Amino acid sequence: MIIHAFFWLFSAILLGSATMVVTSRNPVHSVLFLIVAFINASALFVISGAEFLAMILVVVYVGAVAVLFLFVVMMLDVDFVALREGFQRYAPVGGIVGVILFLELAGVLIGWQFAPDAPALRLAQTPTNITNTGAIGDVIYTHYILLFQMAGLILLVAMVGAIVLTHRQTGKARRQNIARQQQRQVADTLEVLKLRTGAGVIETGGIYRPKPEPALLPAHHEEGEH
Amino acid sequence: MAVSLGSYLTVSAILLVLGVFGIFLNRKNIIVIMMSIELILLAVNINLVAFSAALGDLAGQVFAMFVLTVAAAESAIGLAIIVVYFRNRGSIEVEDVTLMKG
Repeated sequence: MIIHAFFWLFSAILLGSATMVVTSRNPVHSVLFLIVAFINASALFVISGAEFLAMILVVVYVGAVAVLFLFVVMMLDVDFVALREGFQRYAPVGGIVGVILFLELAGVLIGWQFAPDAPALRLAQTPTNITNTGAIGDVIYTHYILLFQMAGLILLVAMVGAIVLTHRQTGKARRQNIARQQQRQVADTLEVLKLRTGAGVIETGGIYRPKPEPALLPAHHEEGEH
Repeated sequence: MAVSLGSYLTVSAILLVLGVFGIFLNRKNIIVIMMSIELILLAVNINLVAFSAALGDLAGQVFAMFVLTVAAAESAIGLAIIVVYFRNRGSIEVEDVTLMKG
């Protein structure tokens, strides 16, 4: 079956790029492999019929989270070679823990089965006559509206938190001075020119001409001015 | 016919193990640790979507969406903390973070 071939192709690329994420020498390469992994995971979502989540995965992860990682990796001037120390030292214990975890998960994979009453316990049965996006919309805007809004709130809090954490006042920024802005008069900044009869507006330099503002310029650079 | 649930579970189990292995392997580099956490959450999402498709229950996909939301918020806050920490200390080595040690 062609769908199985594609499933295993995407899975192989997903797992291979995930391996490269954790073993790559250069963190920039790690982020790029993370993007490959997310795109292939979204292909797996498409195969399983969750098209909306697949597109969300591409938009949110590849478009936002991975680019955020890329920004941070490139912005911080970190000596990444020094961070690689102990790579070989930690590999055996990590491998042992990984193998144990995988064996436990394999035990679950071999032994599990659905509960007999599982189909009766479904919370929101997938409708057949509507697209995946429409069906998810029908569910999240009705039964899960509170959780949906809380998710939005979480994102808002995260955004505010990230801005508050990383924002710093350097004093170099040119801030808005509302008092000065309100006191500004037309006469201070513009001069009205008399036009000679018969001369063009352009030759005279325009009807209004902006005055140079020597008094205003240094004021913008005052530090601590709020 | 569709891909069986067992295949999805196998792939996501391997992905989760890779994420955990990555946390151990990159003990010092917190950025790669966060990427490993993203891989683990991706494995969880693949599980949720696979079960949702197998059972015909949309709640799994809705839950996966909320997991996605929380993961995005987590990585935004985490990276902000890393940036602030690097600004203060000039390093992001995990083992240097002993300021709150009692």
